[in-house]
Amino acid sequence: MVAVVPSAAQATPAAVAQRSSKTGYVLLIPGMAWLTVFFAIPFITLFLTSLQAPIAGKSGKYQPAFQISNYSDALAEYWQLYIRSFVYAGIATALALLIAYPLAYYIAFKAGKWRSLMLVLVIAPSFASFLLRTYAWKTILADEGWITSVMNFLHLLPDDRILNTGLAVIAGLTYNFLPFMILPLYAALEKIDPRVQEAASDLYASPATTFRKVTWPLSLPGVVAGTLLTFIPAAGDYINAQLLGSTADRMIGNAIQINFIQFRDYPTASALSVMLMVIILVLVFTYIRRAGTEELV
Amino acid sequence: MRWLRRNLLRIIAFLVVAYLFIPIAVIMVLSFNKPSGKYNITWNEFSLDGWTNLCGVPGVCSSFVKSIEIGLFSTIVATVLGTMVAFALVRYRFRGRSTTNLLIFMPMATPEVVMGASLLALFLNLRFPLGELTVIIAHIMFIISFVVVTVKARLQGMDPRLEEAARDLYSSPRAVFRYVTFPLVLPGILGAALLGFSLSFDDFIISFFNAGTLVTFPIYIWGAAQRGIPVQVNALATIVFLVALAIVLIGQFVAYRRRRSLESTAIVAEESLATVDTLGRS
Repeated sequence: MVAVVPSAAQATPAAVAQRSSKTGYVLLIPGMAWLTVFFAIPFITLFLTSLQAPIAGKSGKYQPAFQISNYSDALAEYWQLYIRSFVYAGIATALALLIAYPLAYYIAFKAGKWRSLMLVLVIAPSFASFLLRTYAWKTILADEGWITSVMNFLHLLPDDRILNTGLAVIAGLTYNFLPFMILPLYAALEKIDPRVQEAASDLYASPATTFRKVTWPLSLPGVVAGTLLTFIPAAGDYINAQLLGSTADRMIGNAIQINFIQFRDYPTASALSVMLMVIILVLVFTYIRRAGTEELV
Repeated sequence: MRWLRRNLLRIIAFLVVAYLFIPIAVIMVLSFNKPSGKYNITWNEFSLDGWTNLCGVPGVCSSFVKSIEIGLFSTIVATVLGTMVAFALVRYRFRGRSTTNLLIFMPMATPEVVMGASLLALFLNLRFPLGELTVIIAHIMFIISFVVVTVKARLQGMDPRLEEAARDLYSSPRAVFRYVTFPLVLPGILGAALLGFSLSFDDFIISFFNAGTLVTFPIYIWGAAQRGIPVQVNALATIVFLVALAIVLIGQFVAYRRRRSLESTAIVAEESLATVDTLGRS
């Protein structure tokens, strides 16, 4: 991964010499203190809360403890939701990659003077409310809508419907996080020197071979970044499952939200969040390592 | 057939863009609907109710104004803090650089539900009352990172010779900053602020965890989704969409005339590439 794409920092000429003075710390500390207090430390309180025990006789009140059973209990009750979340997020990420790549390729190599306008078009849908856009899929995928009718006519749907099934949740996730896939792919493709592709075709590589041996490997950093930026929010999302799925399609985010806000079972909700974060971090680091080494071969 | 093969990529690209806009079209069309039941999902009858009586349903406009208020305040604070950090990262040497980078990157790679839950755990344990203040604190937290990466990219992309030239002409450090550095970085800061505001305005998950009884626009929509979203919400969302699109298009036009068009979102994407790159190497 090292030599493939220079990062933004390396691409620019050696910038102004870095000064070392107190001013640096003065500029740094307020922002970093905010992130420490309201992002880093909350992880510690989340972990401590996940070990708390209920106070007998007072519902919704908990005391500091070291109750590891919170984790096994939470897992026993909700393990299916973890699997469902990662399966849904995985399918949505794969679909998003399939849909995003041709568009990113087109913007990077063929759009010419329309390039920045097309980038605006990619981010523009995000200006309309996330919740409303998700809700709009209720209309598009409705039982009497033409998409469902056509697919039913072709006997493609096991439940004769899309809405209130896992299919609708996956469709919503794919749609909602698509810009997070398109932009990193575009950023990686745009850095490719067209002369490298020309060189390949000068050496009698077919367009397909040029893509397979030159363009695709050079775009891998974008593929890695895009899949991560799509997969992580999709795995934690519960809006799509709530608005488009049935109660049988709930994801882990639904369980965290319900336990925290409705049931006020803070230890269970915290244990579920800690496990989600740990699983995601493990997946992400394994993925980056693998993608990184495969690319060097 | 030949024509199809030659234009296949273009056709796919346009289909994908169209796909991105299908829900937007649905939102807009349904803003002119007169729903037959309580749910505004299927087309029934043309009506201007949503547009002529924008605040006709209680709670819609107050939550809308609340979201703008929270968005403006959080964006201003986060932009100031994030810009300072970006300057420190690019222009100064300090200890703990890799920890700093990790702390900036992590909020962008953490699922919102985990950030919302952990912040709520903090406030609950401190017995800190939930409300507008806790939502603003949360929004500032997740906007800072986006501001840092956007402004940082802008600073790094600047030609250092411009500042050198000013210094060679005996400008004081203060004058160099005031007349050269700041004006050059300003478009990046404005882009970051726009991105920050749109993230704050549209945030549901983190806000919902930390809102208590406060109702922002997305929280209003979430509640209304169970009992039927009023057409006014579609009309307001259409207005927000068109205003934001106009601002970005004007920004692009100005940038195009000055021959530098860098979309702040594209910078964030690019920065994510660089970070994944570093993480992969470590």
